[in-house]
Amino acid sequence: MRDVKIIDARGPRFGAFITAPVLAAIFITGSVPLLLWQTIVFLIGATLGPSKSPYAYIYRKLIRPRLKGEGPTEDSRPPQFAQAVGALFSIVALVGVSLGVDLIVSVAIGFALAASLLQGIFSYCLGCELYLLLVRATSRSRKRSSVDTPYFLPSL
Amino acid sequence: MKSLLPLVSIVIGTLAYGIWNKARSGRIKLRPNSTLVHVIREKWSVSLGETATMVQFSSVFCATCRATRTLLEDIAQSTSGVVHLDIDAENYLDLVRELDIRSTPTTLFLNHFGVEAGRAVGVPKRDQVLKVLNTL
Repeated sequence: MRDVKIIDARGPRFGAFITAPVLAAIFITGSVPLLLWQTIVFLIGATLGPSKSPYAYIYRKLIRPRLKGEGPTEDSRPPQFAQAVGALFSIVALVGVSLGVDLIVSVAIGFALAASLLQGIFSYCLGCELYLLLVRATSRSRKRSSVDTPYFLPSL
Repeated sequence: MKSLLPLVSIVIGTLAYGIWNKARSGRIKLRPNSTLVHVIREKWSVSLGETATMVQFSSVFCATCRATRTLLEDIAQSTSGVVHLDIDAENYLDLVRELDIRSTPTTLFLNHFGVEAGRAVGVPKRDQVLKVLNTL
């Protein structure tokens, strides 16, 4: 059973506060270097964990020392999932750039922007809403269960 | 530079969705005459609560599931006849589809027959949970 990594819950929220304006800037200016930068940030957060992200570094060095008291903590996996979703959207946007299709870029960045706004302002849990839907859609298990099979319910 | 209208629309639309989502999250929807009641005791070889059972569906990437579990476990421990179950939705996808569970945490409130009386999506509020349990 792998150890769950606990992080300061305010960190990812701060990260979303930085990410949103960056994405808005990408949306308006269409700047590819900025898009590349944000894609890398997302990928770092998705693969190495949200605390390894450059924005988390800024949080630790500049913001947290100024905050009073211990903030709420959380499991690192939900924000990591959000970073992975962000990475996916940015990669789609990069594909749009290379194909020269502006619409793909706008839609992808639009979704990423919406997600980071929700996380930053409302602490919205993307994994809570999306992950199960994804698993449901991609899993190949039978549609209707047999009543004969008893369900044993261990706790998480 | 492009027009600002698309950006503004996205921001406003997102804020509106965020506010709406926050407002409805955690509300316990009762289904007294619903045709979706499921007699769950047949399927599960675990004993239900004498009064009520709260079945929480959780998943791995779900930050609010932890808060929900803490709250409901506490209520179950301090209320007699009430049982709390926390299950990993990923391991019970057939059930998830049958019960139309789309996000986590989703908590089903079952009466002592194992029939669903209502459900809450998101972290429920303590006083609302107690109110529902009182009616079961």
